[in-house]
Amino acid sequence: MALAVDPQIEHLLRRAGFGARADEIKALGLYSVAQAVESLLDFEAIPDDVDAHIGEPGYAGMTTAGGFSPQSRIADARQRWLFRMVHSNRPLQEKMTLFWHNHFATGYTKINGLIGAAEATRYMAAKASEDPGQVRGQIEMLRDLALANFEDILVNIAKDTAMLFWLDGRTNTRAQPQENFGREIMELFTVGVGHYTEADVYAAARVFTGWNLARPGAVADGSQRYEFAYLANQHETGAKTFSFPIYADGNRTIPARPAANGMQDGLDLIAALARSPETARYLAAKLYRFFVSEAGDVSGAFVDRVAAMYLRTRGEMKPVIREVLLSPEFWSPASYFARYSWPVEFVVRAVKDVGWTGFSLGDTLAPLSNMGQTLFDPPDVAGWDLGQSWFSTGAMLARMNFASALAANQRFRLATAAKPYAQTSDALLSWALDALVTKPLDSSGRAELANYMVATGAWTGADAQLQAKVPGLVHLIAGSAEYQLI
Amino acid sequence: MKITRRRFVQGGVAAFTVTFAAPEFLSDLARAQGARARNFVVLYLSGGNDALSLLIPYNDPFYRSRRPTLAVPAANVLQVGTDASRVALGLHPRLTGLKQIFDQGRLALIQRTGYPNQSRSHFQGTDIWSTANPANSSGLGWVGRYLDSLPSPVDSLVGWNTTSSLPHVLQAGHVAVPAIPNPAGYAFNSPNSGAEARAERTAAVRLASRVPINQPELALVTSSAQAALATLDRVATVATYNGTVTYPANNGFAQALKAVAGAMVRGIGTKIFYVTTGGFDNHSGQNVNAANGTYFNLMATLNDGLMAFYTDLSNQGLLTDTLVLTFSEFGRRITENGSNGTDHGAASVMLALGGAVNGGLYGTAPSLNPEPGNPTLENSGADVAFQTDFRSVYARVIDQWLGADSGTILGGDFRTPSLAFV
Repeated sequence: MALAVDPQIEHLLRRAGFGARADEIKALGLYSVAQAVESLLDFEAIPDDVDAHIGEPGYAGMTTAGGFSPQSRIADARQRWLFRMVHSNRPLQEKMTLFWHNHFATGYTKINGLIGAAEATRYMAAKASEDPGQVRGQIEMLRDLALANFEDILVNIAKDTAMLFWLDGRTNTRAQPQENFGREIMELFTVGVGHYTEADVYAAARVFTGWNLARPGAVADGSQRYEFAYLANQHETGAKTFSFPIYADGNRTIPARPAANGMQDGLDLIAALARSPETARYLAAKLYRFFVSEAGDVSGAFVDRVAAMYLRTRGEMKPVIREVLLSPEFWSPASYFARYSWPVEFVVRAVKDVGWTGFSLGDTLAPLSNMGQTLFDPPDVAGWDLGQSWFSTGAMLARMNFASALAANQRFRLATAAKPYAQTSDALLSWALDALVTKPLDSSGRAELANYMVATGAWTGADAQLQAKVPGLVHLIAGSAEYQLI
Repeated sequence: MKITRRRFVQGGVAAFTVTFAAPEFLSDLARAQGARARNFVVLYLSGGNDALSLLIPYNDPFYRSRRPTLAVPAANVLQVGTDASRVALGLHPRLTGLKQIFDQGRLALIQRTGYPNQSRSHFQGTDIWSTANPANSSGLGWVGRYLDSLPSPVDSLVGWNTTSSLPHVLQAGHVAVPAIPNPAGYAFNSPNSGAEARAERTAAVRLASRVPINQPELALVTSSAQAALATLDRVATVATYNGTVTYPANNGFAQALKAVAGAMVRGIGTKIFYVTTGGFDNHSGQNVNAANGTYFNLMATLNDGLMAFYTDLSNQGLLTDTLVLTFSEFGRRITENGSNGTDHGAASVMLALGGAVNGGLYGTAPSLNPEPGNPTLENSGADVAFQTDFRSVYARVIDQWLGADSGTILGGDFRTPSLAFV
């Protein structure tokens, strides 16, 4: 099989990862396209050692307020995730984690308001191995299950501590069921609007009564925690009838059960939603927009194929994502640069392209907020407004200004790297456009950049000129419209 | 529904007005359009405002029985009289500023606004209120369609969105509304200074002034950069506006309104503004009564921001040129839930405020009696049924305030003569 060429690898890594470091291009360049896709999917064969490099020289830095503590300080948790996006050798795992974060969008701010900053961070971001009560935060869970079975992911989300705070499941009781989670699991997590009724929402709320939290552990050793518990005395035991089939035989009613067995209600509903053809199509369309293209309509043929794979494998995400990444739609030339980058995708790719030595990921947090994306804090349970919504004028300025700050930070490294190409301004421009791959510039765009190179004086290639012009050029390219598309 | 929002990109957004603008203080166009400005401020209360806690039918016995922990004691409400159905009503006790504005006859409270088969989904509901189209809520926003109807060329600062991403209500086919959450941060930075920085800015402006052909996604991003660069200098004049009153510092909503007032005072040509304040999705711990309770604080944010804005505009002589209109995706369930909160409901209340507003109570309050056949309720007595179609409120604003044709913009005749709040 033919080896993948650089444009293919870069396309694959822009979508299935966060852009391409030179070592990533080199590694995947040994493979055919199909092998490269397989190596991304089979990430468990690659050591998950990225966190061990935090703080090491040669990697992006962090800015912490007294000791790096990603399990209790949200700014540190954000930087750790960004660090993984930059440096992980399992890019697809991080990418799917981000997909699920947007899909099951849970916001730190509300949880912080309920239980405080340290605890809210814990239930969003703690690693079980570093928590005295083995708490695994929601994003860690989604990372572990990045390519797992969708029904398993749903069960874990329904039992997730952060989710039970976020959508008020902990206050959903027998006496007065509370509809927040029951509604969103159908509207946003599975079948989508139009495939359930208001009566289904009320029934779903009753189904999940008793899915609640306990508080085991000890204060003394820090192991006290909130943890999922099924509270039988809070469960509403009556039968619940839906407008869609719950069981394989077409039965639409979850039977009345003794309270002790009532947790099965929720498992039955989750199984029904996970196996619904509507869920398969809803996810397939969302995956098309995420991985393939935001131009034009969602491809019906793609949705048919990906949904069929989903149903055939009963929601196994690994074969589903393989189907996505090997699809003709994914590899169509029309799909290259047909997706608006999310702010974290833009920021991480820019860092990978421009450089990270001596750069702190803490300096991405305020710019990311200005661009409209704060990790662990989507605006609401529907996730971020994607696509063109990222490109308000203020957000576009924030992107341009981040490009400026990063270029200024990397001034001397950039000037040194550019020096071998400094014989002519045009050679230097070609080098820069090779280092920061954009949707192809038209001739007038390239001409404007060429004009800029000599706008303040003739080209000499002297160090002082390189130290001004190369950061300026990198700013213009990374801040260009073409660079925002991936 | 998120996905369908981008649909209009296919039609080609490349038609955004492109002016090859050298930075300038104020374009002639903006000056011309600003000469007789009528300012319209759209205020979105995000999360589904509990209308029954904002405008309270405090003598309805079922108000108290169905809301044992959330009901505001009759003695605490700010009485605003009785409506046409002789129901006594009061504002939430924290809305002291809005009460003053009501007493001045400059606040209209339009009760039971909504539409048939109202969506209980935040997202579909917001889309419907934003597009004014319950049948298909994936199209352009109704204010966006108004902007599209303006004769071109349209000034690039005709609208000002105070949030960081474009709200659906402002989505237009031809007019890009800049997002300026903070005028002080709205600037072009450079890794260099002096002549080098100026050369970069020139290059950035020229790059952003290219018009990509048959590449709608690229055209959208380019036009956003172009609009940003073309408006920086005018926006900078607003960053220095301090107001004639103190806008509460810890109130982001109030700070956004300060920028809106600043844009009006500086006369930079902007006519349409979008502001929002959120946190209304109170499924649990709604806490309507206690000082610093959740809903109490929501009312504080709303009241203090609007009161500062109203007073400032009054001092600046801009009040009669300004109309504020609120919306929220739905009202909330009448009976409180087991978490001392309220779930998603149906009809809600809209507020219109400004120097040209005919204040007072519009429409009639619901009876909260859950008996079958109560025409003011729906969903087996669980929710408030709508009385006034929200599109008739929009129609009044379009026809009487914005000077456009509501039939064209709303795609139907929703004019209701009795709804003469402006």
